[in-house]
Amino acid sequence: MGIKALKPQTRSTIITYAIVLVAFVAVTLLDGMGLISNSLSGQLVPICAYVSLAVSLNLVVGVSGELSLGHAGFMSVGAFTGVVAAGCLTRMGIESELLLFVAAAAIGAVAAGIIGFLVGIPVMRLRGDYLAIVTLAFGEIIKNLLNNFYIGVDDAGLHFSMTDSSSLGMNQGMILVNGPKGAVGIDKISTFALGIVLVLITVAVVLNLMHSRDGRAIMAVRDNRIAAESVGINVTKYRLMAFTVASALAGAAGVLYAMNYSTITPSQFDFNQSILILVYVVLGGMGNISGSIISAAFLTVLPEVLRPINNYRMLIYAVVLILVMVVPNTKLYQRAAEALRSKLRREPKTPAAATEGGEGNE
Amino acid sequence: MSKFTDFAKQRRESTKMVPVPSVSIMPERDLGKAPALECLHLGIDFGGLKAVDDFNITVGRTEICGLIGPNGAGKTTVFNLLTKVYQPTRGTIMVDGHDTAGLDPARVNRLGVARTFQNIRLFNTLTVEENVAVGLHNQHHCGMATSILRLPHHWKSEKYYHERALELLDIFDMAGLADHEAGSLPYGAQRRLEIVRALATNPKLLLLDEPAAGMNPSETAELMENIVKIRDQFQIAIMLIEHDMNLVMNICEGICVLNFGKIIAKGTPEEIQQNDAVIEAYLGKQKEVEA
Repeated sequence: MGIKALKPQTRSTIITYAIVLVAFVAVTLLDGMGLISNSLSGQLVPICAYVSLAVSLNLVVGVSGELSLGHAGFMSVGAFTGVVAAGCLTRMGIESELLLFVAAAAIGAVAAGIIGFLVGIPVMRLRGDYLAIVTLAFGEIIKNLLNNFYIGVDDAGLHFSMTDSSSLGMNQGMILVNGPKGAVGIDKISTFALGIVLVLITVAVVLNLMHSRDGRAIMAVRDNRIAAESVGINVTKYRLMAFTVASALAGAAGVLYAMNYSTITPSQFDFNQSILILVYVVLGGMGNISGSIISAAFLTVLPEVLRPINNYRMLIYAVVLILVMVVPNTKLYQRAAEALRSKLRREPKTPAAATEGGEGNE
Repeated sequence: MSKFTDFAKQRRESTKMVPVPSVSIMPERDLGKAPALECLHLGIDFGGLKAVDDFNITVGRTEICGLIGPNGAGKTTVFNLLTKVYQPTRGTIMVDGHDTAGLDPARVNRLGVARTFQNIRLFNTLTVEENVAVGLHNQHHCGMATSILRLPHHWKSEKYYHERALELLDIFDMAGLADHEAGSLPYGAQRRLEIVRALATNPKLLLLDEPAAGMNPSETAELMENIVKIRDQFQIAIMLIEHDMNLVMNICEGICVLNFGKIIAKGTPEEIQQNDAVIEAYLGKQKEVEA
């Protein structure tokens, strides 16, 4: 039984996992042979973080069909919570880096999930442009809040202030979050292997959710809200579910991202960051998980690969972006893709699929 | 049997509402039970316009009831009121004896009202089977965590959805199309899929909005058979809006005629065909010939 005999759904799931695993093996082998440059190997963890972020945002934008512009906000909630949690745990004497990372990622995910849920309750009453604007505002609010957070830990426990670091009133403590200077003195415990595991978990959560009772309900709401209501689906519940799960996954990715640097600042998680993640999702295709993985990895690597031609690299980056958007809409590409698809497909075409190929790209 | 006749008579007298269930189709077990649908003085205003006014109807538990009327009479508005897409301005809707005041469309569905739409509303990017599985949403539960972790219960649920969906699709011989994208189906198949999806929610009352629209005579004939088959098999009430008089007159036990938002006649097909008000609404008034 070949791969063609499987259901399309199962086949694409297998392909998605295979892409991640093959990439992991290939990179590990190349790294072992010393074929990966320093600048690129420094990008491996951020790539994993961005892939996770793109996949989780795809759950909101592609699967649930809501435009969210505040994904970096949830990423920062996760990142800062994770850093604080890791700081506390280190202070409590936990040495194992693996345990630290897992705990920090879990706490970051839960915190971002809770914030996502709370933000989602009012936001999910809105639709379309309004939802986009409110999520955008949320991202900015979180950034500005974090700019005013001072968190430290000493033997007495956690200290928190919103004025400055000296008013924390610690004795012999360690400052974890220092307002606009961000989180400082982070243990760099993120590794590529941990990143790949997180990517796999994110992909598994999103795909398993998509191909289940709740996932079908989420997609039904996206496809036709009125019809979904008419078959007894609680629309708000499922929009909120997608939003919350995506926020939690973004939080975990934020922890991975933060633990790769010794310092992170709130201003790193701004509107541009949210848009960047959205670009990955749009380029990879709405609701297309493997597409998100490839586009996030590709677009994170591209500026690094182009570094030798430094003056032109952002120009080429922009040109590539435009080409990826334009080419799939050309007749030539569509004809080639159709030919390839009919070759791969075993069964005959669907009954009324004889719609003219012109406006195919939705 | 006499017990039922008394009941029906009593109902008819107490509420003065037709159509009432015809004796032959009322199963013994339904005797004395609440009707599938009961509307009292239902109405909605859009601005100053009374789109539907003083709409009274009782639909028996296994009755096929037709809702007809000229274009713009308010038939689809009635469906939207019954499913709470619109909140009624006045009046009461009782489904299976439960008041639906304040409920949203999803809750009304869980109470037992399922519908199809005049302009087809399928989940176009999902497959045919998935469309029906969404309809089965509230028939079988499986939590989010169970699904994400792929616990044994998830696989049991998926098996249930798969088997039940195919079973339901078989009513219209559509099991072979299960893996096709719903949006790619031909028009007639999309209409049938909508009915299957509505049936999947295990309704007590099925509302069909122009089920035969765009079908040719042989497809319509098949649809008529299927509607009756569904009623007999599932023992549910069916209310349908239809312009195809052949279909309405042949399968409906009771017909309700609507014009300008008001009921102008109720009765059996024979009665409706003789009704002057109905003929006037459809064909216009015959001019008085002046001597």
